[in-house]
Amino acid sequence: MENEGVLHEKPIVLHETDHPTSHGHHKQNFIRKYIFSEDHKMISHQFVITGIIWAIIGGFFSVIFRLQLGFPDQTFPWLEDVFGHWAQGGRLDTEFYYALVTMHGTILVFFVLTAGLSGTFSNYLIPLQIGARDMASPFLNMLSYWFFFAASVVMFSSLFLTTGPASGGWTIYPPLSALRDAMDGSKAGMDYWLVSIALFIISTLLGGLNYVTTVLNMRTKGMYMTRLPLTIWSFLFTAILGVLTFPVLLSAVVLLLFDRHLGTSFYLSDIYINGKILPNEGGSPILFQHLFWFLGHPEVYIIALPAMGITSEVISTNARKPIFGYMAMVASFFAIATLSFLVWAHHMFVSGMNPFLGSFFVLFTLLIAVPSSIKVFNWLTTLWKGNISFTPAMLFAIGFVSLFISGGLTGIWLGNSALDLHLHDTYFVIAHFHLVMGVASMFGMFAGIYHWYPKMFGRFMNNTLAYIHFWVTLAGAYLIFWPMHYEGLAGMPRRYYDFSSWESFKMFQDLNAFISVVAIIVFATQFLFIFNFFYSMYKGRKVTEKNKNPWGSTTLEWTTPIHPPHGNWTSEVPEVYRWSYDYGKDGRDFIPQTEPIGSEEIQH
Amino acid sequence: METFFLIAIVVLVFIVVFQISKASEYVSILKGEEKARKQDNKINGFLMMVFLVLGLIGVWWCNDALYHKTLFSYGAASTQGKSIDNMMWITIIITGIVFFITQILLFWFSYRYQESDKRKPLYFTHSNKLEIIWTGVPTITLTILIVFGLKYWFKFTGDAPKNSQIVEITGHQFGWEFRYPGKDGILGRKNYKLIDPAKKNPLGVDWSDAASHDDIHVATTVHVVVNRPVKFVINSMDVIHDVGLPAFRLKMDAVPGTPTTEWFTPIYTTAEMKKKTGNPDFEYEIVCDQLCGKGHFSMRGIIIVETQKEYNAWMIKQRPEYRSAMAAVNSAASDQTLALEANQDKKTN
Repeated sequence: MENEGVLHEKPIVLHETDHPTSHGHHKQNFIRKYIFSEDHKMISHQFVITGIIWAIIGGFFSVIFRLQLGFPDQTFPWLEDVFGHWAQGGRLDTEFYYALVTMHGTILVFFVLTAGLSGTFSNYLIPLQIGARDMASPFLNMLSYWFFFAASVVMFSSLFLTTGPASGGWTIYPPLSALRDAMDGSKAGMDYWLVSIALFIISTLLGGLNYVTTVLNMRTKGMYMTRLPLTIWSFLFTAILGVLTFPVLLSAVVLLLFDRHLGTSFYLSDIYINGKILPNEGGSPILFQHLFWFLGHPEVYIIALPAMGITSEVISTNARKPIFGYMAMVASFFAIATLSFLVWAHHMFVSGMNPFLGSFFVLFTLLIAVPSSIKVFNWLTTLWKGNISFTPAMLFAIGFVSLFISGGLTGIWLGNSALDLHLHDTYFVIAHFHLVMGVASMFGMFAGIYHWYPKMFGRFMNNTLAYIHFWVTLAGAYLIFWPMHYEGLAGMPRRYYDFSSWESFKMFQDLNAFISVVAIIVFATQFLFIFNFFYSMYKGRKVTEKNKNPWGSTTLEWTTPIHPPHGNWTSEVPEVYRWSYDYGKDGRDFIPQTEPIGSEEIQH
Repeated sequence: METFFLIAIVVLVFIVVFQISKASEYVSILKGEEKARKQDNKINGFLMMVFLVLGLIGVWWCNDALYHKTLFSYGAASTQGKSIDNMMWITIIITGIVFFITQILLFWFSYRYQESDKRKPLYFTHSNKLEIIWTGVPTITLTILIVFGLKYWFKFTGDAPKNSQIVEITGHQFGWEFRYPGKDGILGRKNYKLIDPAKKNPLGVDWSDAASHDDIHVATTVHVVVNRPVKFVINSMDVIHDVGLPAFRLKMDAVPGTPTTEWFTPIYTTAEMKKKTGNPDFEYEIVCDQLCGKGHFSMRGIIIVETQKEYNAWMIKQRPEYRSAMAAVNSAASDQTLALEANQDKKTN
């Protein structure tokens, strides 16, 4: 680490008048540098690595329950070796099947696609791309990671409880999640889940407040909001959504804890379970659903927006063309963020909510398709007449657009309440959200990692492995989720352990087996990426001064040294003179943001 | 042993793939990195086209293989379901057109505009005309879908017709109970605090309400009449369940403490459907669609749709729950009196 000389204890967060070199030169010890680090780059490394570990666990769980769905008649003795009494005789216990489904959802939604995606790239890119030396509050930023870590520890511990982790679905609807008698997962596992998510919410709030403050206050000279790369716009809106909606989930969590332990009746009424008549009266389970989805729906945009931002940046850079319709892109981010507050109850059309109320949510839900389609058309136009270089990041960005279209269009079906009457809670929903926000956002995350890896670690990843990773994953994603639409159209319900006793669904057995096999192959392929990621960190080809800006980007992060020190720039923070999308202008391949506008040049 | 072989094979494949990838990196340095990069670019551009063509064939093939397994192939079994299917066809056509256009453009552009030394990328930052077109067209199309959707939505969720047959359906872990209102057409009052299976009152019916005395309780299988609207009044005893009726295209949650309803008009009898689907085992299944515990996947109910005559013949054999409950209460009471008398006998002795 040749740049250690310029590391300094407190990051410089003021403007470019400060000279980091004027501060004392001293080394940070191991703990301050790698563990309790306040450097946004190190924190982002922590987020991405924790995210990868969670992704392996969450993905592995899906493989296990896919074994049950694909081969319900077979036994797998090795399952008993791994899971003990949860898989006696090599067959998954029903209770454990539901625990796996629940944990898969919780882990992927919160720990991988929220913390792993937004946590990693907001942390890494915001200061580097706006020209700041660090976050507004590096200390809160560090706390944000450690609250996430604590949440992870609690959730991970719950996997080892005798009664198992939470198993009522990632949406944890009460009364199922409120009553210990309802299922084993609603015993101690549910308390762990609630505590873990409460810690996670604190982490998101600390991170989000920091991102918003940093973007609004700490841009370098000349970096007007309209000159920001779209990545930063997406992180800004993501953070605002998170800050405004996660507290509502916290209230839902706290009330549920009260119902579970203090005998309140927020969500409980008229219940007879396990031979017992409960005293609770007057509560409403539907209240919980309102509180949950008030976060739950913006949450899917919290997951999708950063992926959209990364995709915009990567597509423009590698098509060697400016992003088409920059202002329309910003406006559609704004529209999506605003409308996402007004659509939550489209998850509740058949919940017993007043149907008249439902009609408003149909309206807003279908309207949100408009800004989404604007984005797709703008990406397509950006590709048109470009000069496309298929870096691994670019492949994943194109894959993102394809998956986003496929999954987004089925949103128009599900958002229309009359169709939702038939499709609600079927495999059609599974196909829809896995394509549009699950796999698509994973693609956004892969694009981001492949694109910024040289900056993050000063080395390149192996391209051949990346190409195999991409093509297998893209084909696999479609092979897994495309046929599920048909299962959904047959009314096949999600969260079923076994379909063999159902006259209406048992004809899909062969298809389920096929899907499971593909899922296993795709999961195995991800190890190419994981191996590539960790191997290249130490053995990858080094970034040299010559190819220090390997993709020919205009943005500020590539103006830092190969291994940016704590404080990012060794000299003054560069000043910005133009927007970040001057590709192919006036016959030049690209013009960095730091280059002043020429006297003859027309501004975009 | 098999498992070990499998693991060994997978690990071996990984090592081979990794070695090849590593070697390709050295080769590219020997060959000249720029040249190798351009070659990779050509391969990936070509694969974009391959993916598009194979993908489109795959979409057709998947439809060919699976369409007949969906419920569309023999149509909905209720008047509401017919409207929903119409609506679904309109949506399929609109989203289908958009799907094919955008996917083809995406992969075609990727292939067509792959890097070439000859091309200068176009500096094209925005066009208000284009933006207005692709804001306006989706807005109008979606408005059409919203109008259709809401029209049907209000129709289905509005009040059931006056002549509807009323049946109460109650979900519990893990099964369904049904209650018919009997001759008076009124369901007797219920109170969950009165639930007591030992007294033959599993639904908690309040016997002090005279309207309850002719109510009929059956479990798991419910009989309804073809071409007559039926209204389900939906309850739950414990957690949230959902009355999913795929053949009729409807669904409604069963919420403890908050009764919900759904109504529909079945248009084919079960016997007719057995013929239509060519499946002699066909049943109208009630599917629980809301995760309700570890037996969720087994929470199956059956609706038998039959002619008025068949229905009457079945109904006449059913006895009101009140009678069996009273019999149970009386026998319990007489047991108690006997026990009391025996006690007194002991004391006097």
